[in-house]
Amino acid sequence: MSSGMRGHDNHTAAAWLFLAPSLTAIAVFFVIPVLSALVMSFTDFDIYAVGNLNVVRFMGFRNYIRIFETPLFWKALKNTFYFVLVGGPLSVAVSLGTALMVNSKLARFKPFYRTVYFLPVVTSLVAVAVVWRYLYHPAHGLLNLALSFFGVAPIDWLGNPDIAMPAIVVLAVWKNFGYNMLIFIAGLQNIPEDLYEAAHIDGAGGWRQFVDITIPMLAPTTVFVVMITVIGYFQLFAEPYIMTEGGPMNATMSVVLMMYEQGFRWWNMGFAAAIAFVLFAVILIFSILQLIIQRRLQQ
Amino acid sequence: MNSRTVAFVLNAGLVFLALITLTPVVWMVSASFMFPGEASTAPLHFFPTHPTLEHYRVLAERLHVGRYFLNSFVIASAVTVISLVFNSMAGYVFAKYQFPGRDKLFRFLLAGMIVPAQVTMLPLFLMLKTMGLINTYVGVIIPGLASIFGIFLIRQFAGSIPDSLIEAARIDGASEFKVYRSVVLPLCKPILLTLALFTFMGTWNDFMWPLIIMTDNANYTLPVAIANLKGEHLLDLELMMAGSVVTILPVLILFLAFQRHYVRGIMVGGVKE
Repeated sequence: MSSGMRGHDNHTAAAWLFLAPSLTAIAVFFVIPVLSALVMSFTDFDIYAVGNLNVVRFMGFRNYIRIFETPLFWKALKNTFYFVLVGGPLSVAVSLGTALMVNSKLARFKPFYRTVYFLPVVTSLVAVAVVWRYLYHPAHGLLNLALSFFGVAPIDWLGNPDIAMPAIVVLAVWKNFGYNMLIFIAGLQNIPEDLYEAAHIDGAGGWRQFVDITIPMLAPTTVFVVMITVIGYFQLFAEPYIMTEGGPMNATMSVVLMMYEQGFRWWNMGFAAAIAFVLFAVILIFSILQLIIQRRLQQ
Repeated sequence: MNSRTVAFVLNAGLVFLALITLTPVVWMVSASFMFPGEASTAPLHFFPTHPTLEHYRVLAERLHVGRYFLNSFVIASAVTVISLVFNSMAGYVFAKYQFPGRDKLFRFLLAGMIVPAQVTMLPLFLMLKTMGLINTYVGVIIPGLASIFGIFLIRQFAGSIPDSLIEAARIDGASEFKVYRSVVLPLCKPILLTLALFTFMGTWNDFMWPLIIMTDNANYTLPVAIANLKGEHLLDLELMMAGSVVTILPVLILFLAFQRHYVRGIMVGGVKE
């Protein structure tokens, strides 16, 4: 950065002019709504208030208390945590495994596989959720047909409360793993080759090299990948909306789906805003934890 | 295990994984050409016995898929063009201008990335309602006008532009806007293309916000239309597959055509500071 630019008033004015459109958009359509949502979460904003703002009353923490007294919320939170804590690590593991395979010297047609594995990432989640809904069909879905060759009896993937959530996890991993795979491949390619050569000369085998070099060198990438995956997975919505509508027996009800239904189906907007902020708080706590881990790793 | 065995197992694994990845997509395309009911008739088969375009005809003639396609296209294009202008100006400033509070402002924006979009949706809906923008293209476009991720991406890239080029243009008497327009933008072309792809595909695939804003059937985007179609035509598997193909195909083609540029966005975005 050249110090020559410093102190020129016209440059500073130009800078703010360039910033004006995006900052205005972000302030008006992002920052203000976030703050309004916070205020809203302390009110009884409902369908009557949508028509007439004067009927809105301040409720203190009543919405938040009500959330924690609502069994469905606990169910939704539990399901969302299941999705994050089972789906997240599984997705990261599949991504890492695939990246190692594609990056291996022994692998052939690497660009082809990279492209193929990435294809689901760019597809519309709604469209593939519709496709998977049919693949999961108990009587004439392809998945049960494939499993029948191995003698597995037909499974009601989306109709069984114990299996519906794992089934959604599988779809999500299938859809997402290509994205993190690419980040891992970039991370692997950043590891200096001579580290491996030195280890090889010292007599370290493939596994030792993986444990002593690949894993520690990949740690910062892994933290980043886990962070974006976790934040994304907490926002689970379209999969249950399309495939199960939160069922069976609310087994796939997620926090965001509950917020959507409360806010935009029943117009309990104050209550829904409180749900959104609880989700935000959860994501915030997770992000802070990850940042602390990241700091530790850097030391 | 000798290395030949390892190589065989590894490549077999890659093939297997590729089959798992591709099967749902290939089946979707295949089933969209089957006769009504064929895809769920025993014995189950993967490819159509007598391929038909019937479902695409129904989608086009009876179910107005052209209209939804147009809605998706207009919205995704508008968001792409507008946000590219907004983000590139801001990204350039954060990379190349010095002014008090710049870094604080940038850190504030980055921190904003952690806020889930769902938090903004309820007040934003009410705000747009008072502005009369529910059920309009503008209403769907508004949250995409500027993106913090986009600003970040441009900033990372613009930082590598030599200051000397910018200074030289200034010495030649170019206005600040001229410098941005004629020096910075052309040099940022690769990242602009990357961001354009990200934005277009992201907006095309976006579901929750258009679902909330578009209340009238005629204004649905493709994903919202597919979700709605599911309500009435759940049993018309082959028709639903044709609808999914129409929704997925445009972005898939775009990705295959510009793969290299798309992947760069993930690399730049994934590299920490």
